[in-house]
Amino acid sequence: MSKNSLGREIPDIWRGRVLRPYRDPFSVQPEGPRVARPIRRVNPGDNKLLGSLREAIEASGLRDGMTIGAHHHLRNGDQVLNSVVKEIAAMGIRDIGIASSSIHPVHEVLIPFIRDGVITRIESGVNGRISRMVSTGQLDVPIVTRTHGGRGRAMMCGDIKVDVAFVGAPTCDEYGNICASKGPSACGVVGYSHSDADYADCVIAVTDNLVPYPAFPISIPQTKVDYVVQVDSLGDPSKIVSTTTRVTTDPIGLQIAKYAATVIDLSGLLKTGFSFQTGAGGASLATAANVRDLMRKRGIVGSFGAGGITGYFVDMLEEGLLEALFDVQSFDLKAVASVGRNPAHIEMSADMYANPFNAGCVVNRLDCVVLGAREIDTNFNVNVNTESDGTLNGNTGGHADTAAGAKLAIVVAPSIRARLPIVRDEVTTISTPGETIDAIVTERGVALNSKYQALAPDLRRRGIPVKSIVELRDEIYGITGAPRPIEFTDNIVGLVEYRDGTITDVIRQVKG
Amino acid sequence: MRINKKAQAGTMQSSDLIVFVEPADDLTIEIESTVQQQFGHLIETRIKQVLKRLSVEQCRIMISDRGALDYAIDARVEAALRRAN
Repeated sequence: MSKNSLGREIPDIWRGRVLRPYRDPFSVQPEGPRVARPIRRVNPGDNKLLGSLREAIEASGLRDGMTIGAHHHLRNGDQVLNSVVKEIAAMGIRDIGIASSSIHPVHEVLIPFIRDGVITRIESGVNGRISRMVSTGQLDVPIVTRTHGGRGRAMMCGDIKVDVAFVGAPTCDEYGNICASKGPSACGVVGYSHSDADYADCVIAVTDNLVPYPAFPISIPQTKVDYVVQVDSLGDPSKIVSTTTRVTTDPIGLQIAKYAATVIDLSGLLKTGFSFQTGAGGASLATAANVRDLMRKRGIVGSFGAGGITGYFVDMLEEGLLEALFDVQSFDLKAVASVGRNPAHIEMSADMYANPFNAGCVVNRLDCVVLGAREIDTNFNVNVNTESDGTLNGNTGGHADTAAGAKLAIVVAPSIRARLPIVRDEVTTISTPGETIDAIVTERGVALNSKYQALAPDLRRRGIPVKSIVELRDEIYGITGAPRPIEFTDNIVGLVEYRDGTITDVIRQVKG
Repeated sequence: MRINKKAQAGTMQSSDLIVFVEPADDLTIEIESTVQQQFGHLIETRIKQVLKRLSVEQCRIMISDRGALDYAIDARVEAALRRAN
């Protein structure tokens, strides 16, 4: 056991893995070549289209102890992973690891397969019942949460070895060209799957919309896909993408957005070439709306918007306020429709998005990112992985990646959620290190981290309360009372891995 | 204040609470809360303060809390008690 630089106790070894404690965001240096996958040869006339999921799993050579790749572009509508695991179990294969980009509530049907030993490892953040049960000791399966960039990095470095990747393909041809922007289960892009397609020993495209060759526009090309399988449905389209993502109408959210936009305005970054990312939360989108208005008024044209793309950013592109969009995951129907229509709406792999160990990722080019938070501590550390009752419920996503990359990383959050103080002495889990967060914006005011302290006088002149993070905490505790800490056992059920593979925190089983 | 009949106040919405009150020979307080671990002790203290202020010594009071702040707890508990009077 040793403390990392964030003060968290990290064991030396966990379930056989030697852990490296987090030290700082940028100094870990990778070594050696990236991992390779076997060369293959497909000759003219060879057939890649197989009759069933079972045939494909048999052809892949999947056996006990291996790891499968999956992705979460189909979000809570996904049935691909569930179908794959059911088939694996029916074939009598056991001890399988799941390396997905996220596990959602829809995957709770996997619980019996975890109990039976079919699934024994989850290399992904988890939402929903599985994570609650693991956190409370009702289910035993080790969980490693990674950032989106960290997942790409882990595959590149061989930390995760995916033996067989299953890619949900909204449209596909018999030769394996995957198109994500068309078909009944269209999800726009499949950015997280690109690493699977690059590094998995075997890649299986699972589609519910088999079209004559060639399928296009191509998300993942035929050269990386070994087998194609047709199924009735990839899942429930109504849950795959939101119909719309909306700007908040909540007065607290609007106040936060106004403050956040003013921080961006005064940062000096809001000029021609501005690059910008926000989450899809209401206050984040409201901030984007305010920034858009400023850009319109001043005739500013930004260079790109990035991340999970919403209709809001599509509007900015089509209005000429942004030159391009880099899209790793489309969040709503408008974004899905835009991928096929706008050449400047570009599909981006998680590797290109945020992997710190390639020749330069997109987050490094971000001027500003607006992020959410469950909890923030007085060192600006942010929790997005666990609930305030201590249970795991979430993936880090691009949070820690973009915070590290962007020149200005702003966290927007209401100061109180149902009595829970959002700014507090200690966060339950450190997902994103505070040294990569520049400003906390709540409806009670703005707290600036060291890099942007100089903005305080200008913000005050614009009527925005600027407070130290400790003052902000005290003010909030004055209303909610100081929370008693959650009690945990010594049993570590999961890791929170930083983008470079070091450990920012561990997730312990909740007591009682 | 005497509690003569059953009464309730509040809602189950986030940041609110619902309070049930009924006559009893002694004083019992039952608390269920989404923030039990963090704030259960403060919620109980607050309810006791209201009971004391209104001189209620015999009743059964049950609350289901969804993260209400102290002023909401005050108001809902007092409303339920007065309705039961």
